[in-house]
Amino acid sequence: MELFDFQVITSSLPEFWRGLLMTLQLTGIALLCGFAGAVPLAVARVSKNRWVSGPVAAYTYFFRGTPMLVQLLLIYYGAGQWQWMQAAWEAGHPVWLLFREPFFCALVAFGLNTCAYTIEIIAGAMRNTPHGEIEAAKAMGMSRFKALQRIVLPSALRRMLPSYSNEVILMLQGSAIASAVTLVDITGAARNVYSRHFAPFEAFVFAGLVYLVLTFLLVGMFKYAEGRWLVHLAPRKATKRKEAA
Amino acid sequence: MKKTALLFAMLALTAGGAFAKDWKEIRLASEGAYPPFNITAADGSLQGFDVDIGNALCAEMKAKCTWVKQEWDGMIPALVARKFDAIIASMSITEERKAKVDFTDKYYASPLALIAKSGSPLRPDMASLKGKKVGVQRGTVSDNFATKYWEGKGPELVRYAKQDEAYLDLKSGRLDAAFADYLEAYGGFLTKPEGQGYDVAGDRLFGKNAEEKGVIGEGIGIAVRKKDKELTAQLNKALAAIRANGKYEEIRKKYFPMDIYGN
Repeated sequence: MELFDFQVITSSLPEFWRGLLMTLQLTGIALLCGFAGAVPLAVARVSKNRWVSGPVAAYTYFFRGTPMLVQLLLIYYGAGQWQWMQAAWEAGHPVWLLFREPFFCALVAFGLNTCAYTIEIIAGAMRNTPHGEIEAAKAMGMSRFKALQRIVLPSALRRMLPSYSNEVILMLQGSAIASAVTLVDITGAARNVYSRHFAPFEAFVFAGLVYLVLTFLLVGMFKYAEGRWLVHLAPRKATKRKEAA
Repeated sequence: MKKTALLFAMLALTAGGAFAKDWKEIRLASEGAYPPFNITAADGSLQGFDVDIGNALCAEMKAKCTWVKQEWDGMIPALVARKFDAIIASMSITEERKAKVDFTDKYYASPLALIAKSGSPLRPDMASLKGKKVGVQRGTVSDNFATKYWEGKGPELVRYAKQDEAYLDLKSGRLDAAFADYLEAYGGFLTKPEGQGYDVAGDRLFGKNAEEKGVIGEGIGIAVRKKDKELTAQLNKALAAIRANGKYEEIRKKYFPMDIYGN
């Protein structure tokens, strides 16, 4: 046996390519939906009214407190188990029919999961808004909503970038569990190749490399974004400090 | 049969020389998710036809056997990596697998079958399955057969890590049919309460020609590392012995009303 059989990889490139597209679609759409939901829910999360913040806290507690794989299996196999759901599928109900598709189930699980984490990231950044900025906004006569819209949210969404980049990368890696519900993502392709050629080393080394490259690109994107939007928080250069003194 | 048994007996004798390892402790592996052949019992132990056969062989060889539970996907690599010494997990003897491991003689044989709702018009051929979703367990003979003859030609193949998951999706309506080993489907699904209202659709596939037979396999054997020729020989000897002394039939009757050895 060779140390690394390239033939295994080259003959499976189309399958890996389709797997890559699947991974990108899954993580991309889940992250977009999760983020869109997280912004208003984060505002609710920091509300002083328990009736507003409580349900959001319960939601994030549940989704951060259980593994994403468990959530995915619950949605996919759980949904398929109920008689009324099966009946709805046979009747062709337009909404419930979506839960028959593994892609949609994975999207729901991933979207809800990343949304929960993103809420806490944004809420944390909002709580860390310097008091002086809020006092200044009040002194300017801004209403609570205006202060949220002009001061708190823009600042929090910038300061969340470093921790959000972690969430995005974890989401990309986490999407590897999609193969548990028959989706052929990068990991699913690797599993197929592995079982066809009995070559776990080749299949998973290649899959790992693909994830590595994707992560590298994401890190680069976030570095660029931080350079653009967080530059005001970076330490000043030594020469400037001297001038100031 | 007799000739090969004799040959193996001779091999076993010659292997009794200075270098032969006398296998008195054997680690056997099974999956535990392929009823009724191998099942994980409520207490976590392995049970089923494979396990009973394995224990009977060990008793015949007067060897001490321990069972290891191993995921199907990593079965052959784990054998090669010496995590255990033999696989008794309803593994079909195929050319692809023979490139990596040795097999004993078959200990049973089974055709492939398409499982669908009772009275379904589906048949296990490309034309009938056009546009239908067919579930297979990844890396099994049914997967290999479907991949080779159907992939991209009509049926949409959906691959599962476990056979049970394919049945779950067949019942929920996500799949139009499951394509599986007939005996496994018989014992693990069709004769169980979950499998009520489901049946074999069309003929069972034994392989129409030599090429198809090559994919479906010569039967189900015990996989052993290529190095361990003595173990293969000892297992074959024990297998012939339990076939002859009625122990095999006793175990078979516990699980199946029909013959599953074939010719």
